[in-house]
Amino acid sequence: MTSELDIFVGNTTLIDEDVYRLWLDGYSVTDAVALRVRSGILEQTGATAAVLQSDTMDHYRTFHMLERLLHAPPKLLHQLIFQIPPSRQALLIERYYAFDEAFVREVLGKKLSKGTKKDLDDISTKTGITLKSCRRQFDNFKRVFKVVEEMRGSLVDNIQQHFLLSDRLARDYAAIVFFANNRFETGKKKLQYLSFGDFAFCAELMIQNWTLGAVDSQMDDMDMDLDKEFLQDLKELKVLVADKDLLDLHKSLVCTALRGKLGVFSEMEANFKNLSRGLVNVAAKLTHNKDVRDLFVDLVEKFVEPCRSDHWPLSDVRFFLNQYSVSVHSLDGFRHQALWDRYMGTLRGCLLRLYHD
Amino acid sequence: MPGKLKVKIVAGRHLPVMDRASDLTDAFVEVKFGNTTFKTDVYLKSLNPQWNSEWFKFEVDDEDLQDEPLQITVLDHDTYSANDAIGKVYIDIDPLLYSEAATVISGWFPIYDTIHGIRGEINVVVKVDLFNDLNRFRQSSCGVKFFCTTSIPKCYRAVIIHGFVEELVVNEDPEYQWIDRIRTPRASNEARQRLISLMSGELQRKIGLKVLEMRGNAVVGYLQCFDLEGESGLVVRAIGTACTLDKLSSPAAFLPACNSPSKEMKESPLVHPPSHGCRSTHNSPIHTATGSRLTQNFSVSVPTLIYTGMGSGSAGKEGGPFKALLRQQTQSALEQREFPFFTLTAFPPGFLVHVGGVVSARSVKLLDRIHNPAFVGIMGNTRSYKLLDWNSFNSDEPETRDAWWAEIRQEIKSHAKALGCHAVVGYSESTSICEEVCILSASGTAAVLNPRFLQDGTVEGCLEQRLEENLPTRCGFCHIPYDELNMPFPAHLTYCYNCRKQKVPDVLFTTIDLPTDATVIGKGCLIQARLCRLKKKAQAEANATAISNLLPFMEYEVHTQLMNKLKLKGMNALFGLRIQITVGENMLMGLASATGVYLAALPTPGGIQIAGKTPNDGSYEQHISHMQKKINDTIAKNKELYEINPPEISEEIIGSPIPEPRQRSRLLRSQSESSDEVTELDLSHGKKDAFVLEIDDTDAMEDVHSLLTDVPPPSGFYSCNTEIMPGINNWTSEIQMFTSVRVIRLSSLNLTNQALNKNFNDLCENLLKSLYFKLRSMIPCCLCHVNFTVSLPEDELIQVTVTAVAITFDKNQALQTTKTPVEKSLQRASTDNEELLQFPLELCSDSFPSHPFPPAKEHLESASSNSGIPAAQRDRCSSWIELIKLKAQTIRRGSIKTTVTVEKASPVGDGNFRNRSAPPCANSTVGVVKMTPLSFIPGAKITKYLGIINMFFIRETTSLREEGGVSGFLHAFIAEVFAMVRAHVAALGGNAVVSYIMKQCVFMENPNKNQAQCLINVSGDAVVFVRESDLEVVSSQQPTTNCQSSCTESEVTT
Repeated sequence: MTSELDIFVGNTTLIDEDVYRLWLDGYSVTDAVALRVRSGILEQTGATAAVLQSDTMDHYRTFHMLERLLHAPPKLLHQLIFQIPPSRQALLIERYYAFDEAFVREVLGKKLSKGTKKDLDDISTKTGITLKSCRRQFDNFKRVFKVVEEMRGSLVDNIQQHFLLSDRLARDYAAIVFFANNRFETGKKKLQYLSFGDFAFCAELMIQNWTLGAVDSQMDDMDMDLDKEFLQDLKELKVLVADKDLLDLHKSLVCTALRGKLGVFSEMEANFKNLSRGLVNVAAKLTHNKDVRDLFVDLVEKFVEPCRSDHWPLSDVRFFLNQYSVSVHSLDGFRHQALWDRYMGTLRGCLLRLYHD
Repeated sequence: MPGKLKVKIVAGRHLPVMDRASDLTDAFVEVKFGNTTFKTDVYLKSLNPQWNSEWFKFEVDDEDLQDEPLQITVLDHDTYSANDAIGKVYIDIDPLLYSEAATVISGWFPIYDTIHGIRGEINVVVKVDLFNDLNRFRQSSCGVKFFCTTSIPKCYRAVIIHGFVEELVVNEDPEYQWIDRIRTPRASNEARQRLISLMSGELQRKIGLKVLEMRGNAVVGYLQCFDLEGESGLVVRAIGTACTLDKLSSPAAFLPACNSPSKEMKESPLVHPPSHGCRSTHNSPIHTATGSRLTQNFSVSVPTLIYTGMGSGSAGKEGGPFKALLRQQTQSALEQREFPFFTLTAFPPGFLVHVGGVVSARSVKLLDRIHNPAFVGIMGNTRSYKLLDWNSFNSDEPETRDAWWAEIRQEIKSHAKALGCHAVVGYSESTSICEEVCILSASGTAAVLNPRFLQDGTVEGCLEQRLEENLPTRCGFCHIPYDELNMPFPAHLTYCYNCRKQKVPDVLFTTIDLPTDATVIGKGCLIQARLCRLKKKAQAEANATAISNLLPFMEYEVHTQLMNKLKLKGMNALFGLRIQITVGENMLMGLASATGVYLAALPTPGGIQIAGKTPNDGSYEQHISHMQKKINDTIAKNKELYEINPPEISEEIIGSPIPEPRQRSRLLRSQSESSDEVTELDLSHGKKDAFVLEIDDTDAMEDVHSLLTDVPPPSGFYSCNTEIMPGINNWTSEIQMFTSVRVIRLSSLNLTNQALNKNFNDLCENLLKSLYFKLRSMIPCCLCHVNFTVSLPEDELIQVTVTAVAITFDKNQALQTTKTPVEKSLQRASTDNEELLQFPLELCSDSFPSHPFPPAKEHLESASSNSGIPAAQRDRCSSWIELIKLKAQTIRRGSIKTTVTVEKASPVGDGNFRNRSAPPCANSTVGVVKMTPLSFIPGAKITKYLGIINMFFIRETTSLREEGGVSGFLHAFIAEVFAMVRAHVAALGGNAVVSYIMKQCVFMENPNKNQAQCLINVSGDAVVFVRESDLEVVSSQQPTTNCQSSCTESEVTT
C-alpha cells in the first residue's frame, strides 16, 4: 500500500509556524520530518511518523504555492486563492524576508549579481546555512534592490510599500540596498568584528545626511547614491590638516577643552595630529569610487584601531569626537562650517558605533 | 420580453503575461449570454486593465435566464494570429431572479482556465430587471427559492412542507463525442463545463415548475448530482423537498441569541401570517395538479413498470409495488403523494412523530449504449450546446433513467410501509458507476409524520396548542410505529425508558440528524463500518450479476460491523447513517458512516460476547477469555470517554415484557436487494444472538481484531457526521472547513479480502489521524459533518475524499448552561459599550472578531503565542500593514480607483465587516468568506439567504510533474475551487456558504503521459451572517450600510 496522493486543503489556509521556519531554513521534507520528530512532537500529540510526513508535505506544498505570491507581497494581500487572516499574512511576509546575520555579513556590500550568486555555495559551507536558504535570502536582497532601485522618495518607505515589511526590517533592507549600491567593503578581516547592526546603523546615518535625498526629495535614486557634489566639496576640508597653523590651533582648542576630562589625555594629545589627518583624509578621498568602497576599512584603520591600541574608553572617544567637531567652529580661518557638520555629524555617529571590540 | 440582463466589465488585475516580448497583455473581454455576445475595447499593454465598459444589455426570456449561465471570456488581442483565451468566468444569475436574495452581483471573480487554473481576476457587475410574467403556461419558474440546507432555513418558517420533487435531464457527454478527437482538451472541457451549467439550470427550472404546481415557493434539501455515464451520456438529476416558506418578519436581532440552530426555530413564533389567509381556496386545484403530475412527469405507470431489458436481471415485483401504490393512494392526504419522501434531516418541532428505522434499496443496472448519429451530427455541426429537446431524438433515454429511479423509490416506499410508516425522511439517492455497470442506491428513514405541516395550514393556529399537549415528550420519536403483534421482522421491544408507556426497540438506526428535543446521555461519536470485497473482472451482464450477488453479503457485513462498533461504544442509536457502496473493476467497497449516541429512551445496550468453536482446547479458551476481557475493557473505557452513565433503573420498574436475561438486539430496518435479486435480506441473524461473536476461523479473528483497532480520537477531539455533536452545545466561533483527499495504490500481488479490508481500514484511520494532528491547534474541538466518499478510479487505486468542518467549543462552559442568559445580558451590555468604544476596539479585534466566549479567546492567544512571535508583535504587524496600505493609497493617487472598486465588491459584507476592520479606507484586502457543511454558523445569526451556489469545474494538465505531481495538482485545484466559491459568494454580497458539499471529485491521472484531469462539483447556500455579539451594533448601523450600498451603486452607474 503506497500513498499516491495525499492532500489537505482548508478554507482558511493552515500555516504551521514551525514548519514554515524549517521550510525557510531550506530543509528537505525528510530532514524537516526528522527535525520535527526530534522536537518531541510525536510524544506530545500521539501522532505517527507517517502522519508527520504527510503533514509536512502538505505544508511544504502550500508554502511552495505561496512563494510566488511572497515575491510581491501586495499580491498576497489581494489574491483570492488562499484565505489567510491578516496577522498570518504579515507573519508569512516578515519571516520570508527575514535573513540570517551570518549570511548578510557575507554579502553585505557585494554586487547582487550572478557572480555573487555563484559564491553562495561557499557561503553556505562557511555559515552552515543551507544553500536553499542562502538563495532565498540572496534573491530577496536582489528583488528588493531591483524594485526600489530607480524609485523616488524615501528608500525605507518604498521598501515598506512594495514589500509590506515591518519598520525594523524595511530599515535593514534599506541598509542592504544602500551597501549593495555603493559596494562598501565589509568583508576584510579587520572588519570582521563588526555586526550587521553596526553597518545598518551607519547606513541609516549616511542615507539621512550624505545622499541626494538629504538635500532634495524629488530625485531618482535619491536615497541610494551618495551626493556627488557633497563628496566633491569634501576636498575643501583638507585645509584642516594641510594648513599647519589651523591644525595646531584646532589641536590646542581640543586639548584645552578636554584637559582633565579625559582618562587618556596624554595619548590623545600625542595622537591628535594623526587622528585628525586620518579623518580629514578619509573625507578628501571620497571623490574616488574605490575610496568610497573602502570607507569602513579606512575608518577602522585610521581611527578605531589607533584608539583601541591606546585603550581609549568609549566615553573618552565620545568626548573627543564631540570636542573635535565643535572646536572647528571656533577656527576663524575655516569657511566650510556647514560642510564640516554634514560630514562630521554622520562620521561621529558612525565612529562611535564602530568603536567596540 | 420578460427580463433584461445588464453586465458591466470594470477592470482586471494580476493578469498573466501573454506577450513574452513586452511582458504585458492586451486584454479584452467577451460577454456572452445565450447567443448574444458583446465585446469590450482592447486595453493595451497592461496586466491590470481598466475597461470600465458600458452596460451590456441582454434582452432575454426568463426561461433562458434560469437555464443559461453568463459567460465571460478574457482574451489577449493578437493582431496577426488568433486571439489567445486567458480564461473564463461563468456566473449563475439565478440568485438575482428572486426578490429576497441578492440584488446585484458585483465583485472580483477569478479568471479560470481549465488548463492553467486561475489566471488573474476580473471585476464584473451584473444586474437583472425582471418583468413579472403571469402567463399560466410559462416554462420558467423564477422566484422559487432553492436551499441545499436539509432543514428549514434559519430565517424562514415552514407553512407547508409539500413533499418530494425530483427531475433529471440527460445529454451526450461532450467528452465522448466524435468532435472530441479533433478539438483541444480546453475546448472539450469548456464544452462540458458549459453543458453541465446549462443542464443544471434547466433542471432547477423544471423542479421549480413542479414546486409552483404544488403551490410551494421553495425547495429545501436540494441535492443535485451528476452521473458521468461515459459513452452513454451525462445525467444530471436532482431531488428536494418542496415547501411553502415564510420569511420571519421580526428581525431575529431581538430574539435571545442562542447557539443551537434548532432552538432558533422553536423561538420563531409560528403565527399564521395574513398573507396566506387565502390559501384554503386553492385547496382543490393543488390536489388535481399533483394528481395529474402523476402520469405526466413520473413514469410510474403500468407500462414503464415492465422493466424491459434495462436491468441486468429479470423483472421481479411489478405486482407488489404497484398494488402498494394503489393501496397507498386510498389513504390519508400524505399518502396521496406518489412518494412521501423528504430530503430533510432536521425538522420543525412536532413534525416527526415516530421513527421506524432505515430503509434502503439498491439496484444494479447496465448502462446501454445509444448511438444516435443524427443527434451527434447536429451537436457537432452547430457547435451549440444549447440543450436539445431529448424527446425528439431519443425519447427512451430520460424515461429509462426516470423509470430506474421510480422503481427504487417504489421499493423504498414499500419498505417504509412494512415498518408501519407512511413517510421516508432524510431521504437521499446516489449512484456508483464503473464502466457500464451502475449501482443506484436510495436510502432514508421510515417515519410517521405529523400531518399538520403537510396540509394547507388553515387550522394551523388552533391546532398548535393541542399538538403541544398531545406530543409525547422527548422520547416520542423512538416509539415503534409498527404493530407489536405483527412486526415486519423479529425485534426485541421494551417499554420506553423515558415515559414507560410506549414500546421502544433496543437499537435505532436513522439517516436523519438527532432531533433536538431528544434526550441523550453523554456525547456522540463517529462510527464507521468499512468493507471491501474482491470481485472477478467481468463484462456486461455477467459483471452486473456478480455485483448483485455480492451486494447482500456486503450489506449484511456492514450492518454487523456497525452494530458491533455501536455496542463497543456502549451506545444504542445511530444518526446520519450513510452507506456508500462503490463499484470498481475488481472490487466492491462499502463504507458506512454514522454518529452513535446513547438515547435515554432506549435500553442500555448489552455487551459483546465471544465464543469459541472448539471449547476443549485450553490455550484457545484462554485466548478467548483474553479477547473477551479486552472487549469489556474497551466498552468500559468508551463509556467513560463519551461520558455515558445512564441512571440505574431496576428491571421491575421498567417491567420488561420479555423477561430475557440477555439483551438481544435488533435492527429496525427492512432491507432488500436490487429488484433483480428479490431475496429480502434478513439482518436479524436468524435465531442466533447477534452479539455473540463466534470465532471459528481466522476471518472471524480478523473481524474481532479490526473492531479493536479503531483508535478513539485524541483527547480534546470529538467527531460526528451529523450537523451538531450530541452532548456539546457551547460552540465558539472558530471554524475550519477542509477537504482532504487520499489515493492509495494496492499492491496487486496478493489481494485477498483480508488484506484489502486492512488496507482500506488503515487508509481511513490514518486519514482521521492526520486530520486530528493537523487541527490540533483548535483543541478542544469537534469535527462535524464528517463526510467520507470512496471511489475506485482504477484497478488498484482507492480514493477517499473527506470534507468536514472543525468547530471549537468551550470546555468550561459546558456545565454552566444555566448561567448563559445572565451572561448573555452581560454580553449585551458590553457590546453596547463596544459601540461607544468602537474605534479603540477595532484595532485589537482583527482576525478574530469579538469573541462571545472569553475563555476561548484566551486559548487562541495562548495557542498562537507558542509561535515565537508574541501576540503583541503580531498585532503590531497587522496594524502596520494597514498603515502601509494607507500610505500607499495616499501616495499612488492615480491608482486609487481600483482600490475603491474593491470595496464596492460586497456592499452588504462591507457593512458587516465595518465594525471590526481597522481604518475604513485601508480595507482593501479580500473579505473573509466562511464555508461550512453545516446549516448554521456557530455564534452567528444568518440574516439572509442569497441563493444557491452550484458550481462545476474541470481542471486538466499536461505537465503533471511540473505542477508538483498529483498532490500538487489536486491541492492547487481544490484551493482554486474554494477561491471561486468564495468569490461568487462575496460578489453576491454574502460572507459565508452554509450546507456546503463537494458532491463529486473525480480524479484521473496518467503519469506516463504526464497528464491528469479532475472534475469537481460543489454546492451550498450563500448567506449573510452577523455575529451574535455584533448583532446590535450592526442593526443600529443598518441605515448607514444601506445608504452606503446605494451610493456605491450610483457610483458604478456613472
